[in-house]
Amino acid sequence: MTTIDTKKKPEGSGSAGAAPLLEVDNLHVEFRTREGVAKAINGVSYDVSAGETLAVLGESGSGKSVTAQTIMGILDMPPGHITGGEIRFHGKDMLKMSKEERRKIRGQKISMIFQDALSALNPVYSVGFQLAEMFTVHRGMSRKNAKLKAIELMDQVRIPAAKDRVDDYPHQFSGGMRQRIMIAMALALDPELIIADEPTTALDVTVQAQVMDLLAELQRERNMGLILITHDLGVVADVADKIAVMYAGRIVEQAPVRELYRQPTHPYTKGLLESIPRLDHKGRELYAIKGLPPNLMRIPSGCAFNPRCPYAQDICRSDVPPLHRISAGRGSACHFWETVMEGEVRG
Amino acid sequence: MGRYVVRRLLQMIPVFIGTTFLIYYMVYQLGGDPISAMFGDKGADPVFVRLKREEFHLNDPLIVQYWYYITDLLQGNFGTSFNGRPVAEELKRAFPVSIRLAMIAFAIEVVIGVGLGLLSGLRRGKLADTMVLAGTLVVISIPVFVLGTVAQFWLGSEWGIFEATASVGDPTWSQLVLPGLVLGSLSLAFVARLTRTSVAENMRADYVRTATAKGLPRRRVVTRHLLRNSLIPVVTFLGADLGALMAGAIVTEGIFNVDGVGRLIYLAVTKHESSTVVGAVAALVMIYLVMNLIVDLLYAVLDPRIRYA
Repeated sequence: MTTIDTKKKPEGSGSAGAAPLLEVDNLHVEFRTREGVAKAINGVSYDVSAGETLAVLGESGSGKSVTAQTIMGILDMPPGHITGGEIRFHGKDMLKMSKEERRKIRGQKISMIFQDALSALNPVYSVGFQLAEMFTVHRGMSRKNAKLKAIELMDQVRIPAAKDRVDDYPHQFSGGMRQRIMIAMALALDPELIIADEPTTALDVTVQAQVMDLLAELQRERNMGLILITHDLGVVADVADKIAVMYAGRIVEQAPVRELYRQPTHPYTKGLLESIPRLDHKGRELYAIKGLPPNLMRIPSGCAFNPRCPYAQDICRSDVPPLHRISAGRGSACHFWETVMEGEVRG
Repeated sequence: MGRYVVRRLLQMIPVFIGTTFLIYYMVYQLGGDPISAMFGDKGADPVFVRLKREEFHLNDPLIVQYWYYITDLLQGNFGTSFNGRPVAEELKRAFPVSIRLAMIAFAIEVVIGVGLGLLSGLRRGKLADTMVLAGTLVVISIPVFVLGTVAQFWLGSEWGIFEATASVGDPTWSQLVLPGLVLGSLSLAFVARLTRTSVAENMRADYVRTATAKGLPRRRVVTRHLLRNSLIPVVTFLGADLGALMAGAIVTEGIFNVDGVGRLIYLAVTKHESSTVVGAVAALVMIYLVMNLIVDLLYAVLDPRIRYA
């Protein structure tokens, strides 16, 4: 099997010139189950620098969350197995580190925001306890001081009456407030990188924007790297610097955010953009990419997208397309990227 | 919360009357004449029997007898047994022994049961897990009288690891270890399996993943986050079991010669000592009800999502 081009050097967007904070390099992960082996990640490479926001876009099952879990070191192993690749943080491969070294990175250097704050927060402890825990465990702070820090954090993520609510339990907060607590928890120890896995998906639309704005603002203030995992193209446009589009465990397109929206170079990305409902097209039937995402135990030969692709030719069924470099920080894993690029984006 | 407790306490009244009447009725139905039973095979003087029957209201209808009994009981008078000893004194002697035995059994089942359950839940599918599952299955399948006598023979008599029998009257703590182990073994197996299932289920919970992602040491993730949530169903079982441990010790107390409530009830039943049987059972029912209430209240402490109204 051909692997995608991993020689691609990070350039362009973000804080130019600086070495990336985190580099995922040709990562392979599979799940070995009784039913068979599911190849969840098949050679993913991306990088994030300080102050930069990378949006990872894809359907469920595309491997975007599994990549994030592998970076965090919270992948369930077994059934998960890392079968290849490196994840470098400040140039050092985290996959070769001891458990203890990795634990010290988690929460302190890299932290994570989960999709559903209600289930991600422990139901039997107050939010204050769960926030304070970061300080008592990692900083050896007294409970009293840690609680003060917890209140401070809750203030920072703009939870009203933080002082009165610090002893409340997760179920006593609204969805938006709970997600703010998740953000506060992720920010507690001033990490260098935050991975947000669909942070607004479980929220009401009106609250989504508030939470996203808050996250983006805090990221800018602290010059953190942010990996934003989402399937929502609308969320991405406003906050991301660059985008990696994933399909069946591979990155199919990588580009600075504006370029990707203006001129997609992969049929899948194009299909995603075309399926966004638009006001000026009211009354017209919505476009949908035909077919379903592939079963990861039986990924189609050649390009995984070929059964759903309007551009598919014989080569697509036989050869896995490498990630063609189009320009600085821009790549497409399509044999016919030039044709796709020239085509108009229909809405 | 206060109103909830009051309501629960009020609910205990009909339960208490119902159970005591039921027991009273059952002992009454056992038949046989308790006064004659006092004399064994020798046969009693009919005049003496008649006088005694009148003294104990044995010629009155059942409901009247029960009425006499329950009014006395509510005044704290457990009555006297047919041989003239106050039942209250018998209970006062027997209960501390059984409570001590139950405490030992309970401690064993909590510590070992939860420990084994946690171990096998964390290592599901591994050797330790298989061993715990097989071991608990064996314990669950063997009847307590077999387990008791086998344990007594090997652990007590042959190998002398524990003391094989308790002395009459006031057994020491060390004499109660082996009976406690036997008594607690069945519940221990249940606790281990319940904990295992609960731990294995909660291991996949999102909040455990969050705790790991926070960079907490594994030990803290397990004890603070995983175990606390996993123990909620286990506590329910333990609470109900504490009452059962006291009442269900009849066989175990018999094997190990422990002079507790179980033995008291057993002897009283064979001798048709209705006042002793009902008195002891009434006390057990009260203990059971109070334990249940405490468990329900403890539930709210463990899980703040539960509110009482």
